[in-house]
Amino acid sequence: MENPTMLQLRDVAMTYPSGMRAVLPTTIFVPKGQFLVLLGPSGAGKSTLLRCMNGLVSPTQGDIIVDGLGSIFRDSRTLREHRKRTGMIFQQHHLIGRLTALQNVLLGRISAHEFPRTLFPLPRADRLLALQALDRVGLIDRALDRADQLSGGQQQRIGIARAMAQRPQIVLADEPIASLDPATGEKVLADLHRICREDGITAIVSLHQVELARRFADRVIGLAGGRVVFEGPALHLGQTALDQIYLTASSRMAAA
Amino acid sequence: MSIATPPAAYEAILAREGTLRFRRSAVMLMIVVLIVIAMALTGLLDPKRFSEAWPAIKQLSSEMFPPDFRRFHAWIRPLADTLAMSVAGTALAVTISLPLALFAARNTTPNQIVYRASRASLNLLRSIPELIMGIIFVAMVGFGALPGVLAVGLHSVGMVGKFFAESIEHVDPKPIEAARATGASPLQVVFHAILPQVLPQLADTTIYRWEYNFRASTVLGAVGAGGIGFELIAALRVLEYAQVSAILICILICVTMVDGIGAVLRNHLK
Repeated sequence: MENPTMLQLRDVAMTYPSGMRAVLPTTIFVPKGQFLVLLGPSGAGKSTLLRCMNGLVSPTQGDIIVDGLGSIFRDSRTLREHRKRTGMIFQQHHLIGRLTALQNVLLGRISAHEFPRTLFPLPRADRLLALQALDRVGLIDRALDRADQLSGGQQQRIGIARAMAQRPQIVLADEPIASLDPATGEKVLADLHRICREDGITAIVSLHQVELARRFADRVIGLAGGRVVFEGPALHLGQTALDQIYLTASSRMAAA
Repeated sequence: MSIATPPAAYEAILAREGTLRFRRSAVMLMIVVLIVIAMALTGLLDPKRFSEAWPAIKQLSSEMFPPDFRRFHAWIRPLADTLAMSVAGTALAVTISLPLALFAARNTTPNQIVYRASRASLNLLRSIPELIMGIIFVAMVGFGALPGVLAVGLHSVGMVGKFFAESIEHVDPKPIEAARATGASPLQVVFHAILPQVLPQLADTTIYRWEYNFRASTVLGAVGAGGIGFELIAALRVLEYAQVSAILICILICVTMVDGIGAVLRNHLK
């Protein structure tokens, strides 16, 4: 690894109040600019791990260190600063349907301003940035259409544009294509991959499709039952590794 | 941070967005003007009225304090009556609303005429205030809680029936198709594919209306239709403001209790 580390998870573990141990102590180093795929069946802990990475859930153990800021949990200021630099893409898009695509993307710009300023239309520079983000995902012609009038693939592209409008250093994508059909999903993922490459953004993307992980990932971390069962370049993702990821989970489920 | 030379397409979109925003602001401005006119017409913007009223406000407030609970024993029965009126009235409303709502919902109505007639009767019931209905029913069936129940119940149908119908219209059509596919009759479809879907919403509306009906029942006594409202208006007539405030406190406690019970019931529905 020649690149410096962007994000470090040190012994991060998460146990939900219900007692469910979603993530067992896990240490991961993510180098700058890497496209890292978290691969695993549903319930493996991918979502929880991703949500820990921007503090949407606080791990019950361990710490997360980000380049230039230190521990993201030091105080609420640091956490917000980290979130500003980190774009998040959700499985269900998480858009406001009755707002236009442009207005949804502009949500990615609000944290750059103080609250009173955000009650008025954002500055021209922000609007241009949002338009540029929409342009990069091929939706410039739909900028003033309501988000709920667009297709699922287009909605997820708005989600990507919203994350990109933040000008992020890191992008976290939680099953970004799980609610799209396979062909659309592949295109959307290719767009996300291309943009992250062009801008040198560090991306951590959870997926459950092995083929797509092989195609796009610089590195793959396989998760099963809340622990890392595989780690390495996508090339090394052979049958043994897949058995570890998917059979571990099914045997655990069978035992449960 | 900024884009040096934005493409012409961006400019065009921003211009179009600006026009849309201007139009929206113009509409908003018109609404604000209308609101200000309404406030001015009703005297809300007249500081003189308020400054002149100040001595009376002070006088009344001091007479209301401390609340006089000496007649509390005489209020227990009317409070219980009021509670009973709200429960019985709501039950009456639901009984009439359910069939009426099925006629007034586009997806369950037998035909256009029935649909229009049911919608019209819902509007009619909603537009007659319960106080007016109370006066009419007192004239019809005499004083007491009965005219109050009828007034609360019938007026409620206007809103409960409308909300029921709207819930029924927004039902998921897929299970209805599934029920039809099994050979179910229209009535069977209603009872086995529609009602199971909307029952929680109907119950929610009912509980909300019950809370409202308790508050509405407290004033019905003023026209002789039973309940605590009679005591309230009597105290007002003889200018016993200390008793008025005491009765209002009793009503407040009951309203809080009713809302609390409503919240518990609603939690059970989830």
